Amino acid sequence: MADIFHYIFAVDFAYSALRVTTPILFAAIASVVAERSGASNIALEGIMLFAALFGAIGSGLTGSLLWGFLAALGGGLVIALLLAYFGLFLKTDIILAGIALNTLATGGTVFLMFAIIGDKGSTTSLISRSFPRIDIPLIRSIPVLGPIISGQNTLTYLAFITVFLVWALLFKTRLGLRMRAVGENAEAAASVGISIKRTKFTALIISGLLAATGGAFLSMGYMSGFTRNMVSGRGFIALAAAAMGQLSPLPTLLASLVFGFFDALSNILAAMRIPDEFVKIIPYLATVAGLVIFSALQVWRLKGKRAEALKAQGKEEKSGA
Amino acid sequence: MAEDLLRMEGIVKIYSNGVVANNGVDFSVKAGEIHALVGENGAGKTTLMKILFGIEEATSGNLLLNGLRETIKSPIDAIQKGLGMVHQHFMLIESMTVAENIVLGMEPETGLLLNQKKILSDARNIIEKYNFPINPQDRIRDLPTGTRQKVEILKALFRNARILILDEPTSVLTPQETTELFEQLKTLKNLGHTIIFISHKLNEIKEICDRITIMRNAATVGVYEVAKISQQEISSLMVGKDIDLNLNKTPARPGETALRVRDLVVTDINKRRLLESVSFRLRRGEILGIVGVEGNGQRELVESITGLRKPEGGKVELWGKDLTSLSIKGIRRLGLAHIPQDRMSKGAALTSSIKENLISVAYDSPELSRGPLLNLKKIDRWCRDLIRDYQIKASSPEVPVKMLSGGNIQKVVVAREFSGDLGCIIADQPTRGIDVGAASFIHHKLLALRDSGAAILLISADLSEVMELSDSLLVMFGGRLAAYFESLSSVTEEELGLYMLGLKRQSDEEIKRCSA
Repeated sequence: MADIFHYIFAVDFAYSALRVTTPILFAAIASVVAERSGASNIALEGIMLFAALFGAIGSGLTGSLLWGFLAALGGGLVIALLLAYFGLFLKTDIILAGIALNTLATGGTVFLMFAIIGDKGSTTSLISRSFPRIDIPLIRSIPVLGPIISGQNTLTYLAFITVFLVWALLFKTRLGLRMRAVGENAEAAASVGISIKRTKFTALIISGLLAATGGAFLSMGYMSGFTRNMVSGRGFIALAAAAMGQLSPLPTLLASLVFGFFDALSNILAAMRIPDEFVKIIPYLATVAGLVIFSALQVWRLKGKRAEALKAQGKEEKSGA
Repeated sequence: MAEDLLRMEGIVKIYSNGVVANNGVDFSVKAGEIHALVGENGAGKTTLMKILFGIEEATSGNLLLNGLRETIKSPIDAIQKGLGMVHQHFMLIESMTVAENIVLGMEPETGLLLNQKKILSDARNIIEKYNFPINPQDRIRDLPTGTRQKVEILKALFRNARILILDEPTSVLTPQETTELFEQLKTLKNLGHTIIFISHKLNEIKEICDRITIMRNAATVGVYEVAKISQQEISSLMVGKDIDLNLNKTPARPGETALRVRDLVVTDINKRRLLESVSFRLRRGEILGIVGVEGNGQRELVESITGLRKPEGGKVELWGKDLTSLSIKGIRRLGLAHIPQDRMSKGAALTSSIKENLISVAYDSPELSRGPLLNLKKIDRWCRDLIRDYQIKASSPEVPVKMLSGGNIQKVVVAREFSGDLGCIIADQPTRGIDVGAASFIHHKLLALRDSGAAILLISADLSEVMELSDSLLVMFGGRLAAYFESLSSVTEEELGLYMLGLKRQSDEEIKRCSA
């Protein structure tokens, strides 16, 4: 057991936690954008899967990182567009549409992979490109912090920058103001000429591109190449992170880091001789536990406030009597 | 004679389900006047205004603005053509500031970012121009109803509205706020704005409007100079027959105590106390009115009594039994009826039929059921009786409630609540937003029930209604009782307004009389 702590308090672990936080963070921020405008993007998982597959195949076939990334964005965008089309134009329940697209992505990616390269398991037969790691000159030499922060994947940095960008989008731009208006009171927004459909559509596209970048990281950074079902629930974990972050960018980042920590933990434990079946459930267990603790805290806070109010009331009455 | 600023001619609107909502309506407004539009619910006012504002498309008919033929395709189009609408339910984003709400949809930008300074100064300018006492940086959720309404008016003015449509603007206001609104409307009129004023309150129309258009059965009955027509005449024209606005109320003969509320406390999640030790008693054979500005604890009080909410402290007793530990069904079995404030979301199941709504609280009574099965024959007869007795206008008991007009939906709710063994009735805004005819019907029913020994708690934002019906009166402010009037003979609306706004408060001894 002491071994585990030895691992956790190592620089490597923190480095790896940031790394595995990346896809969750992209997807969680994607959920924030969609949810704020009142359109739930449950299809994060499917978007990431398609993006990961297209990124691996795209870069493998063209030999270009850029084309691979564009293919990944395109793959994710298709799913986001389908979601928007079903949810906004055909008025399907957007949650059901999202579930359907996730289901489609699970089988669809395997089918496409087999159709294109004749393999049902992974794209290892293709040599696909990955995003480079970046060593940051000055930061690199800071003790402890340096090796954690420096040398991460390009997309990891992008993910953290995205948190700030999305914050600015939501609270500093016209589009953000309108998205929040539509999300809070669509009828009121429509009454002053804001198109609900267009606003939600834009939000879903942005959300889709963000999630797709998270998917691209999985097959073009975290790993080199696509393996079936490689997103393995991160899209759903991200939904939990966004909910715990109460749809605000910074708290969502913190929640994503918590889930990243447990993801990294499961990676370490897998390297030790702990049964695989147990190790694999850790991130999901953490999600369930996280949500339970989060709700319990809220209920508890509520009760505290009530009790306080009652106490204050009682005191007042006593002093009045 | 001044040229008509707006003219709607021969407007016909037939909905896809075959309902004829407007059948050749003529409506015209002169520049710079305040023009009242009245009619029973279902008379077609709402549809007419929806057509004017581009929300609905007319089946046929002409619209002239400044003498020119126009079509208004959408609300945005309407706004661009100088129309502004203040909806009954405010179209505001509660988490945002006044300034953000005012500029929403036409926000100034510098480059990619919002120009926060200009948003604020734009809002300041319009607020100062019309001299509204509002801070543009306040968040809507922190503002009282009257102020929110002003923000709505400012929103329209910011968009250069020349014609303002106000849909029952006073139904949510205190007398003081109403007075303030009327002052502002007169100012707007003097500045050359034209106002269309939709209301059910004839005294207000008499006070502020220049002309009145009366609608009935999807058509215009006539246009009159307000100064030359009496309230009685207006109501007869609306209903098409003389209605007895006089209730002929006899003095109450209060009996034993039915409902007793003791030290009721309700708090919200932010530890705000919504109700603070509210105590009173309600006797058989009396109507106890409760007035107050919305959001001063009336809703929490009603929810606590009817079992929709568990109070944090205190007791509610009906016939000496504590209700706070009982289920809603248990409470109803003790003879408590509840007319909820919002008939659309709480009072009725809109997609269900009239019949299903009527039996929803009595379906398992021995008269309507046989063991686990419903006695359909009896139910049918019972429903037809109620529909007849309560004059619900519908082709059959199977019609979904949402097809009915507001007044008829409310009659369904009232019929359901008043059938059965009644001891105590909680009537929360029983006539809000319904026409004079239906309201008068419900008023007479309430009085008849009182005279047969029911205990009635009447909560209403309509002061004239409360003052006409109630035998005694409570005023609520800030979650507490602010005043108790044992009889209403010497109380004026203005005085009540002072208590409702918290400017005046009776001594604790005076208030305690209501639980003696």
